[in-house]
Amino acid sequence: MYDGWKIILGLIVFVIIVTLPFTMSIGKPYVQPKPSIDTPEIQKMEKKQCIEPKQYMREMHIKILYSWKDYATREGKRVYVASDGKQYDVSLQNTCMKCHSNKEKFCDECHNYVNVKPYCWDCHIEPKVGGVK
Amino acid sequence: MITRRDFLKIAAFSSLLGLGGAFTINALEKEPGQKVLKDINALKGKRWAMVIDTRKFKTELDFEKVIKACHKAHNVPEIANPLHEVKWIWTDDYKHSFTHTAEEYISDEIKHRKFLLLCNHCENPPCVRVCPVKATFKRPDGITMQDMHRCIGCKFCMAGCPYGARSYNFLPPRDYIKEFNPEYPTRTLGVVEKCTFCNQRIDKGQLPYCVEASEGKIIFGDLYDPNSEIRKVLSENIVIRRKVELGTQPMVFYII
Amino acid sequence: MLDLALKGKPRYWIWISFLITMILIGFICWLREHHIGAAFTTGLSRDVSWGFHVGQLTFFVGVAASAVLVVLPYYFHNYKAFGRITVIGEFLAVGCVLIAMLSVFVIMGQPSRVWNVILHPTPHSIIFWDMFVLMTYLFLNLLCGWTILHAEKKDAPPPKWIKPFIYWAILWAPSIHTVTAFLYAGLPGKPHWMTALQAAHFLATAFAAGPSLLIIISMIIRKVSKFDPGQQAINKLAEIATYALIIHLFFIGLEFFTAFYSQIPDHMKSLIYLYWGLEGHDRLVPWMAISTLLAFTGLLIFMFPPLRKWNVTKLIGAICIFFSIWMDKGFAFVVSGFIPNSFDRVTEAWIALNEFLVAAGVWSVGALVITVLYKIAITVKEKAVFDKYGQKQVVD
Repeated sequence: MYDGWKIILGLIVFVIIVTLPFTMSIGKPYVQPKPSIDTPEIQKMEKKQCIEPKQYMREMHIKILYSWKDYATREGKRVYVASDGKQYDVSLQNTCMKCHSNKEKFCDECHNYVNVKPYCWDCHIEPKVGGVK
Repeated sequence: MITRRDFLKIAAFSSLLGLGGAFTINALEKEPGQKVLKDINALKGKRWAMVIDTRKFKTELDFEKVIKACHKAHNVPEIANPLHEVKWIWTDDYKHSFTHTAEEYISDEIKHRKFLLLCNHCENPPCVRVCPVKATFKRPDGITMQDMHRCIGCKFCMAGCPYGARSYNFLPPRDYIKEFNPEYPTRTLGVVEKCTFCNQRIDKGQLPYCVEASEGKIIFGDLYDPNSEIRKVLSENIVIRRKVELGTQPMVFYII
Repeated sequence: MLDLALKGKPRYWIWISFLITMILIGFICWLREHHIGAAFTTGLSRDVSWGFHVGQLTFFVGVAASAVLVVLPYYFHNYKAFGRITVIGEFLAVGCVLIAMLSVFVIMGQPSRVWNVILHPTPHSIIFWDMFVLMTYLFLNLLCGWTILHAEKKDAPPPKWIKPFIYWAILWAPSIHTVTAFLYAGLPGKPHWMTALQAAHFLATAFAAGPSLLIIISMIIRKVSKFDPGQQAINKLAEIATYALIIHLFFIGLEFFTAFYSQIPDHMKSLIYLYWGLEGHDRLVPWMAISTLLAFTGLLIFMFPPLRKWNVTKLIGAICIFFSIWMDKGFAFVVSGFIPNSFDRVTEAWIALNEFLVAAGVWSVGALVITVLYKIAITVKEKAVFDKYGQKQVVD
């Protein structure tokens, strides 16, 4: 093999880089994210349910929000009719965050865990926890 | 037998494909089965337009009330440097508001009068024509909408708009907002913004903030409805518009 | 063939390292803009929303299109003297299209959303078409240049299937610059840009600046390698540049006539601003004075055959023309379109250091690609002592 040592060295470097995500987390304790729904607004509710059932929201919330932004901004449709027939204002700030007023303990909990950074908050204002921003 | 050269070719090609894959955007499609409707209270119109009765704006306060109502509600940053300021509604004098058509020997009172300027929501808007991503688009009711989620910040619309109605976020907007309205978003660095004729209020059956705050000095309505108040006002007064010669059909009229 | 780019003298590697350093600096400056905002890092404003980068797009699309000037005479008119340098022209186009496309990319305030252009295709927007024609032109030139060079390396005639692509590229060249002109020529309220002459004028400037750059590059190639692009070819390029420059100056005259005979204020104001200053604003007057002076110096040199043919004056003339047009089209033309602004006031613009360094990074990307492609092309050509017409193309 021509330049055999170069190829082998390259392969070693490649393997190290590819396995970095696994090797870097060795020794770190696994902490399951626990998004909190303990907010004054939710506590006041009789039946503690989001606009749709929990499992659906868990899987689909980003798709809902993603389509909401188009419905509201581009089509002027601002009334969401939930599967149980209840109606909600199509608004991240004025519907979702009115109940989930604890962004850090709710949204960020999982987003940080899976290392996603939704750009919603570049523009949308998160609820006041002792002041906006 | 595969030659070393061919192997390298295949390897290079497949890694190129892999790289491409890494950049593939997560094109989220709309979640099917959702039911999202228009508000039954929404104002219905075919062509929203505005008449500004400039005779009725007398004091500084008259203008300030209108501008503040809009800028505060929409979290418009207050940037002092005119090069980089962001404004949705503002004032200018006669000569600079009505370039080309300003009369030299008109009364001094009109010469020194101030005029409210905002997006004209043109019937034939050049900004919509030039936008490469449909971030700015025409709503069926005539509003020239700006989707700040989609804007890529190319600033072509700013060159296209002949009315200087568009502002680019040259500065991080949140650093220049004193008091936030928690019910409306801010914008972010690198997008273009402008007046939206308060689309969010129209969709819920309310008049734009500026109209409300003007206490009757601004009339808002459906230009295509012959029985509307705005048509009555237009037929009873002599009005002018900015740069009609360009064929953009501005929807903001001024009673002199 | 790519391996040919990996063997070079120290000066080759110094040049490559310099370009990579400039690219890194440009990249850091670009990140900086998106961190602190364009207010501190560009010369742009609410009134002048396009500036230096869009100028670079405009200018370099032109240079890229001018590759057609060596490809067309060779393939359509069998002009043999250009046979040796068609590949040089095509590879120059590849680098310049890259510069043009990156120049658009760096003006974007939200670069991560660039895919929206493809995700939401908008045929009524000229930027959409610009992206499309530039991508196609990039692909065509890379394909044609590479295939022909590969054949040359094997000492074989180029494959027949490449011919349609070559003709396609030839037809495509004027179209890319026409589309660039359409970015400007259809905007109401921008009278300085809105002239039906725009595309023709862009092509004239492109066909003066492009060959001038090819002359400069040919001289450099002669200096640093054994490959000789050919004196006849270089002389012909200078002739083409002369005619194009005269047409460009003629077109400026036409713009002046229309503006000043009609006496329409907005048509005159941009020109007054550029050449004399408007309402006390005259930042671009010296800039345009230098550009005009360079244009006429270039013209004087190229108008007289002895000066045009003598390589020393030819090089000076080519540099003059190239920079004259770069100054005009690459900046002044863009800014002056915004003057006066929508309120009949004057807001001037200049180039910020950060902005310049980003542009330098973009040029360096183009230069790096061109360098690597030329290295391959020249190495191939140095190995063949005679070109396909039996002319000696290698100097000892």
